[in-house]
This record gives sequence, structure tokens and C-alpha cells, in this order.
Amino acid sequence: MDPANRRDGVLDVLIDGDRIADVGKNLTADGAEIVNVPAGLIICPGFIDMHVHLREPGQEHKETVATGVASAVAGGFTAVACMPNTKPVNDNAGVTQLILQKAREAGLARVYPIGAVSRGQKGEELADIAELKAAGCVAVTDDGLPVATAILARRALEYTSMFDMPMIEHCEDQSLKGDGVAHEGPVAASLGLRGIPGVAEAITAGRDILLAEMTGGHVHIAHMSAWTTIEAVRQGKSRGVKVTCEVCPHHFSLTDDLLAAPIAYDTNTKMNPPLREARDRDAMIAGIVDGTVDVISTDHAPHHYDEKNVEFDRAPFGIVGLETAISITLDKLVHTGLIGVPRMVELMSVNPAKILRVPGGTLSAGAPADITILAPDLPVTVDKTKLVSKSKNTPYHGWSFKGGVAATIVGGKVVYSNPATGFLQ
Amino acid sequence: MDVTHTAALPHEAAPPLTALRHKHLLGIADLSAEEIVLVLDTAEAMKEVGQRTIKKVPTLRGRTVINLFFEPSTRTRTSFEIAEKRLSADTLNVAIASSSVVKGETLVDTAMNLEAMSPSMIVLRHASSGACHLLSRICKAAIVNAGDGMHEHPTQALLDAFTIRERKGRLKGLKVAIVGDLLHSRVLRSNVLLLTKLGAEVWVCAPATLIPPGLPQMGVRVTTKVEHAVEGADVIMMLRMQLERMQGGYFPSLREYFTTFGMTEARVKLARPDAIIMHPGPINRGVEIASEVADGSASVILDQVANGVAVRMAVLYLLAGGTDDETVA
Repeated sequence: MDPANRRDGVLDVLIDGDRIADVGKNLTADGAEIVNVPAGLIICPGFIDMHVHLREPGQEHKETVATGVASAVAGGFTAVACMPNTKPVNDNAGVTQLILQKAREAGLARVYPIGAVSRGQKGEELADIAELKAAGCVAVTDDGLPVATAILARRALEYTSMFDMPMIEHCEDQSLKGDGVAHEGPVAASLGLRGIPGVAEAITAGRDILLAEMTGGHVHIAHMSAWTTIEAVRQGKSRGVKVTCEVCPHHFSLTDDLLAAPIAYDTNTKMNPPLREARDRDAMIAGIVDGTVDVISTDHAPHHYDEKNVEFDRAPFGIVGLETAISITLDKLVHTGLIGVPRMVELMSVNPAKILRVPGGTLSAGAPADITILAPDLPVTVDKTKLVSKSKNTPYHGWSFKGGVAATIVGGKVVYSNPATGFLQ
Repeated sequence: MDVTHTAALPHEAAPPLTALRHKHLLGIADLSAEEIVLVLDTAEAMKEVGQRTIKKVPTLRGRTVINLFFEPSTRTRTSFEIAEKRLSADTLNVAIASSSVVKGETLVDTAMNLEAMSPSMIVLRHASSGACHLLSRICKAAIVNAGDGMHEHPTQALLDAFTIRERKGRLKGLKVAIVGDLLHSRVLRSNVLLLTKLGAEVWVCAPATLIPPGLPQMGVRVTTKVEHAVEGADVIMMLRMQLERMQGGYFPSLREYFTTFGMTEARVKLARPDAIIMHPGPINRGVEIASEVADGSASVILDQVANGVAVRMAVLYLLAGGTDDETVA
């Protein structure tokens, strides 16, 4: 399945070293090792998760680069882009290089660091973005927080346009968010939880889309959750603004009803942006189906058990997502007939590569041999104790899905395979 | 005996209810109308105990009840403590200042340590909504919610209902106007749940900035005109307006709040002549309620306090009823 080349068939993939040499029928090469991929499995260009928190440096009790990439390949991702809200913040080449060094040591998935927009993510002055780019950052963001002011967002969009890199925005008007911990609506009201309205997201998205239009910069709207945000993106796209956007599996598969039942005040239902109402969830699905949404990312946000085993309003925001994203997407979007596998590959491979301007997203000859092999009919039951990630904070514990990962190949090496799918290395 | 999730029996087949169907009292949301009436009826008997010379019965003898209060409270904590003592329970108070929390202990660890000493019940007051749910998942002891964040304050709603029923003889069909900070009030939430379950006509009133979403779906009428709320009301229930709400920008000044929403004698005249005035306390004189109203003949504010003891005795008695830890092998 190779939508970038409009290819879909029963074909051989010839890998030479760490590159794809050819794709076609009955390929042969001298001394080639033959790997038989069982019928029913789907060979796709490697999936790229462009929104992951690896927590290193500084919060290694939640996740490290090594455990994060292990989680990524177990979840079918050949590459991840990691957010800069580490301790210290990735706002300089030193931190970027440290992350890349840890990634080289770990092997497994490719790691693309994302730098901070502002020094220390303080929202005051621009970080050294040219230096970050030179060190290997593929985008900038103040994720965890929005770019603090309109003027800083304007300058970041202007400045990043010199480097052909997107500014990724965590959209959230801080004054409207206040000390909210859940989506502002009847569920939060009945639970007595302080609300975060959907428009807190859409207002910042609207601001940045207008600024992208004015400056010609590229803004990428992260983890959309509110129907009003999708609407703002749709309008921006229709005017030709350089705006792209992503949705996380929890925002197209869950609603805030999960905060009340089956486990009231389960802190694994607390993330930012929060789970919202059916109207919002349905708007995410509609945006995925109609093409408004460019990317499915996970916002993989590991937190330690102790940090989550507290009162709801004191727990940190975030859930792990790397190892459940493919199953949720196959089950909730593909098997329901909402989208086909080619669209899923666009959302999780082709488009993230394009937006981050990184190799991948294709099985073209000469492309890196990064491959995700899907097992679309594999029954999967999520067991948090079996997650590879260092953290287990998932709201999907015990959920069953149809579809999973058969194997993950990075640079021609099988870095993960699931024997239950019949895929044998 | 695990009765937490027992479904309601068909009405005609059901014998009169003699116990709550829940191990814990986490909120009014979990109670059926039948269970609420059982608490109120039981509280009648408990009130009689409080009128005796010797105000003590042996019902909870040998049971340990811990009052775990993470927020300052005079009225509620005292009320629970008196209720426990009148039932002969061994009670102790753990207040935040003297607890390990100041040493950085989590709520879960505090609860597990208390649990290790095998209390029968823990009465919890906490600033976080859902704190009682969290405890109920880790403790064998019955958890009684004495107020959790902005979520619920079930014993307050029960004592309010008891007071209304005592004065009016019923709840069904009464117009109850609740005026004040609806957004942050656990008393409001518990009262709306209870009063609608028992068939009262509930009106709520607040500045538009302090109205949470979802109230109409809960079956109440919402208005920002206090006159509409109190017109023809049988019961006027005022909620405390905290100074920090003004500081949070929800309304411009306490003075303006009082002139727009404060319960004055003129506004009380719009209600039925026999209307009663309620307030969960502590009251802010001249902010949400005029002194003439708070201290006037229609005020039942101190009756509420007195009834709190009887209602809490009833709750503790009914929750203890299901357990079987009196036999010593």
C-alpha cells in the first residue's frame, strides 16, 4: 500500500541495505533473503508519529528516548517527532544533540527533535531557531503551552519561513483555560470539575491561521479537539493558507462521558486538550473523512503511576498513545468504512513526512526502507501492564480492537514483529 | 455484603427499604428517591434521641469513625462528630494541619495508612472533586462524603430536605428557589439532584458568569432574575458568595451583587407568605442575604444546623447497618 505512488497490489518489495531498491511483481536479486509476508497483512511506508513526548532529558522516570522508541516500534511507528518541553527545554543545539545521541544509541525508530519557539518556552523571545534547525530540529513549538502572544507567533511564523519548517501550535487561550481540568460541558459540571471550553482552542487556532495567512508561514495545528477548531482550519485551507493539522485517536474515539463512567474521575481520562462532547468527536471524524485533517498523531504523554494516582484535579494531563494508535484507527475508522487503508497511510505516514520535510511516507526506490506492516484483522486487547512504554497511563486498558501491527522495519531491519500475525522474521 | 450495584427491585415486589443499597455515601447522584426518604425517616428517630436528656444510643459502639478533613470546617465537622458520639462510635479527627500531608504524603497514602488501622468509616472533606471516589476504590471502610470540591455535599442536601419536610410536610410540588454561586457550589449540585428526585420544582438563579452548563438537563429552571426565582416560592435557599469570586472577575463588586441578587425583605415578599429562608452557612451578611432576612421569623438557618446532627446520625447508622464486624471469634 503506497499511496504516494498510487500503488496498491500484491507486490514484492526489494530492500537493498537500508533503502528500498524496487517494488514490483516477481522481483529477484542475487543472494536476496526472502521474507514471506502472510496474506492479509499490508505493507505500508513507515508510520511517523509527529507528536510524542519522550521526556528525556529531565523526566526519565516517565519515559526515556530508549523506552519511547521501543514503544514506538511496538506500536508500528518507524519514526517519531519529539516535543521540546523537556527539562531543560529543547531550545538549544545542546539539548537537540543529546536527544539525537540517545536516539542513535537506542536505534529502533528514527527520532526527529522539535525545538522550542521561545527560549525556555517562556513566550518572551524567540529561541535560536537557526541553531536548532542546524542541529537537527524539524519544526518548532512551545507545545504544552501555546505561543504566548500574537506578536511572538507572528515573528515565529515569519522567522521559520526562512528555514522551510512549520511552527506547530498547541492552541489554548490561557485565560479561557484558567485552572480548568476537563472539557467545559454538562459532564464536567456534574462531576464538579473546572471546565476548559472548546473555543479556548479555536481562538488560538484562529489567531495563528490569520497570522500564517499574513506572513506566509506554515502553521500546523496540533491535537485538535473542538469542532470550532476544525471549522477554523477548514476556512483557512479554503483560502489557501499554509495550515495543516492533526487529530489524536482519543479525540476521534472517546468523549468526556468516560470521565464519569465506568471509573468516575479516572485520571487516565485527563489529557490536554480534554476529551470533549459527541459533537466535537464527530467533527474530528468528519474532518478525517473529508480531508481537512492531515495527520493522526498520538500526543504520547507518559506519566508515572504515582503522578496519576492522585485526585483528578491534581493529576498531570496526558496519556500514552504510541501502542494503541494503529489499533484504534483500524477499528474505529477503517473497519467502520469511514476511511480506507490508503487514507490511513496518508494520515499516519505520507502527510507527517511532508509536513516535517523528512524522508519517508513512500515506498519509492531509493527511499529509506522504513516499513510498517499492518495486521488489519488481528484481534487486540489492550493490557496496560504489557505496554512497552515506561508509563502505563492509558484509558484503553481492557479495550478490544480489530487490527494491529505485524512488523516494523526501520532502515531495512526488522525492529519489531508480532508472531501472532504469522509474520516471521 | 456487597450491595453497591444492586439494581432496584420492582416496586410492587419490594419490601420496605431498611438499608441503603450502597456501601458508601459518595453523592446524592447514587441514591434513589426511596433511599433518600429512608434517610429522612431514620433522621426523625435520630432527632428524638437528640432531645433526650441522655443523648446517646449504643448503635455504633466499637466502631471507629475517622473524620478526615482537608478543608477547614467548623459546622460540618462538629456536626459529624456529635452525630458519631451520640451513636457511641469511637471517633477521631484528622485535620490537614496535623496530618502527614504537610510532609508531602499523597491522599492515597494517607488513606491507606488510616485504612491499615481498620476504621469502619471515613468521613472525608476534600478540596478536590472526586476525592471520595478515589478513597472508595482503595479503602474497605465506608466513605462518607462531607464535601468534595465543587462536586457534592450529600449530607447538606439531606439535612436541607429534612428541614423542608419538617416545615412543609412534603417536598413534592414545592417551589424551591436557590440563589447564589451555582458554578462552584457542591451544595447546589447535591440539592438539585435531591430535590428533583423528590419532585420539587427547582429554580436556580445566579449572575450569568456563575451558571454551569447542563442545569436545564437536570430538570431545573434557570434564571438570572432573582425576582423570577423567588416569586411564589415555598423555599428560598441562599448559597454563600465568596469574596474570591469577585476577585476572579465573575462580578464587579459585592455591593453590586447584593443589590442585584441579595435576599432582601422586599424580595422575600415576592415569595409565598409562609416561605422559609435557608442557607448552608456560613452566611455573609449584606452580601447574599440581609441580616433582617437571615435573622427573621421565616429563617430556618439554625434549624438546618440542628437537623444536620440527626441526618448525619441517620446516614452513619444506615451505612453501618450492612456491615458485620461485631462478632469477635
